Amino acid sequence: MPSIITVEGLSKKYIIDHQKQERYIALRDVLTNGAKRLGHKLAHPFAAPEDDPTHEEFWALKDVSFEIRQGDRMGIIGRNGAGKSTLLKILSRITEPTAGRVKIRGRVASLLEVGTGFHPELTGRENIFLNGAILGMSKAEIKNKFDEIVAFAEVEKFLDTPVKRYSSGMYVRLAFAVAAHLEPEILIVDEVLAVGDAQFQKKCLGKMQDVSTQGRTILFVSHSMAAIRNLCTGAVYLENGGIRLKGGTEDAIAEYLKIGAQTALINLESRKDRIGNGLIRFLSFELRDPRTKELLNSVAAGASCIIALKFEKNTSRNELLNFNVAVGIDDCFGNRISHLSNTTTNQILQCQQEKEGLIEIEIKEMPLSKGCYGVTLFSTVGGDIADWVKNAGSFYVEEGDFFHTGKVPNEGQGVFYIRHSFSVGEAD
Amino acid sequence: MQTDPQTLVIEAGRTERHYWHDLWRYRELFFFLAWRDILVRYKQTVIGVAWALIRPLLTMLIFTLVFGKLARLPSGGVPYPILVFAALLPWQFFSNAFTEAGNSLIGNANMISKVYFPRMVIPASAVFVGFVDFMISGIIMIALMVWYGYLPDWRILTLPFFVLMALAAALGAGLWIAALNVKYRDFRYIVPFVVQIGLYISPVGFSSAIVPEQWRLLYSLNPMVGVIDGFRWAILRGDAPLYWPGLLLSIILVVVIFATGILHFRRTEKNFADVI
Repeated sequence: MPSIITVEGLSKKYIIDHQKQERYIALRDVLTNGAKRLGHKLAHPFAAPEDDPTHEEFWALKDVSFEIRQGDRMGIIGRNGAGKSTLLKILSRITEPTAGRVKIRGRVASLLEVGTGFHPELTGRENIFLNGAILGMSKAEIKNKFDEIVAFAEVEKFLDTPVKRYSSGMYVRLAFAVAAHLEPEILIVDEVLAVGDAQFQKKCLGKMQDVSTQGRTILFVSHSMAAIRNLCTGAVYLENGGIRLKGGTEDAIAEYLKIGAQTALINLESRKDRIGNGLIRFLSFELRDPRTKELLNSVAAGASCIIALKFEKNTSRNELLNFNVAVGIDDCFGNRISHLSNTTTNQILQCQQEKEGLIEIEIKEMPLSKGCYGVTLFSTVGGDIADWVKNAGSFYVEEGDFFHTGKVPNEGQGVFYIRHSFSVGEAD
Repeated sequence: MQTDPQTLVIEAGRTERHYWHDLWRYRELFFFLAWRDILVRYKQTVIGVAWALIRPLLTMLIFTLVFGKLARLPSGGVPYPILVFAALLPWQFFSNAFTEAGNSLIGNANMISKVYFPRMVIPASAVFVGFVDFMISGIIMIALMVWYGYLPDWRILTLPFFVLMALAAALGAGLWIAALNVKYRDFRYIVPFVVQIGLYISPVGFSSAIVPEQWRLLYSLNPMVGVIDGFRWAILRGDAPLYWPGLLLSIILVVVIFATGILHFRRTEKNFADVI
């Protein structure tokens, strides 16, 4: 079968500007920098132009090549910043590559976000037409599919209500329903199933499976290994802008989870996608042994460990009072399964350190079963968000003797352990 | 492998060959966006579309009062309200369309970074919204002319040309500002200022006949002078005589703004998603 998408040597470079938070440029800066450079040139006419230290090149994708055949369902996995979104953006023509080429045979529809262009003031009915048009459907097409879309989204009663009054679940259902009724030859989907309730996610996956049985091609990015496993026939594992592995779904997932186990120390300094005022910035995430303080690659179920978070303080105040830290723990499907927070343990955190500090969170008995878990770091200072790094890293839990009975619990029986005991007595 | 028309090649620096074809394919999106803007604008207002009538009507009354009654500027025998409104019509169309088009890309930043479509659809639909308002306020013009019993002659047939001129000026200038705005947000603050000044240096409240003859050509460097004079000439039966060299200069300038606007937009368009 001929390949429907051919990607050859695809690369994309971004210039990172360290001076500013915003991506756009103020004319003021262009003018002052230009004047400075001119002044410099006049003063030192023969000096070589100096490198601008505030600019840094960053290759979001580097020399990526692969082929996809018609009817393939290709999963794209990788950690944050591996280049997944950039790849999808190039394939859907939102941004241009710096080098390389892509050949696509057929009509592409991409779904990088649900509900793009939804307007809160407009009704459900109006938004279906608007969103459909944005996704590239013709008015006639939308009209034909209208009833199907409404039925799929289960919003019949609220069709003439402005979507700003919708619950978030209804909103997402409607948004996905429109997109799910696109009929392109190639469908490109970014992590959009992470929203909505479990039942609806299942419905969406089912819909996508239907789509692929009709001979259409799907490119699917997700952090949810379960979704990838269910849906995809093959996978590409991206790492630092390059392909680490391309092959069967199981191989790629196994590799992805294995790598997760190896990264015991996760450096966060280069992470740009954080939210917050920066009074506190997380620098690294580590797993340590509570007694020896050694770095751990993984922790066994039932064993103790310390989550160590190095952070820097960006305030002139000597003491940092009233700051809170929370760690969210997600399973490999992206579901939040636990939350560690100093507010719930009722502990007040203070930081007297000059510049950098270390937060240690002790876990007495790891209650999680075997697998890879993701962490999200969150902190506030005086009630304002200081730093929030989603999917900051992951850690690996090995099977272990949680119940101290010498018997390792059965694998595949749930995600965590509950301490329990049995007794038998007389029936009432 | 054979390349059929279905094959799409994405490469660095490749100018889209199918661009204009694509633009045509997305014409429905163009109307949907305009429809959305109009719908949203009037959804939370009490009197709705009437705003498109009230604003120009009030401006016309004030201008008539200030320039016609207080300053007693000459009108060449035309009722002053008609003189003012024949100019307000194209001016408000231009200023609204230009402002909206200039801000349209940042207003739809989310769509730009998540979906592909020819970006020109967005400012073009903003101009179209301005055009709809223009048509609505045209009703006032008709009402005024009936009221004063001032009916146009054959020259009214040339009006579409001047409408086209105003459209090209608004879209050209709007494309320039929209593209610049993506990179330099400063233009967001420049536009209202330009529009405000423009109202006074364009012959809206007065007839351009009061500009001394030797300055007329220089005055026509403002392309809206040609558009407004053209509107007056077409609507007012030639009672407002046309200054031909000035009109020609304005036409040339509008064409230049329109062409360079499109060129600049096309050149910067592919980076929009990266910088917006």
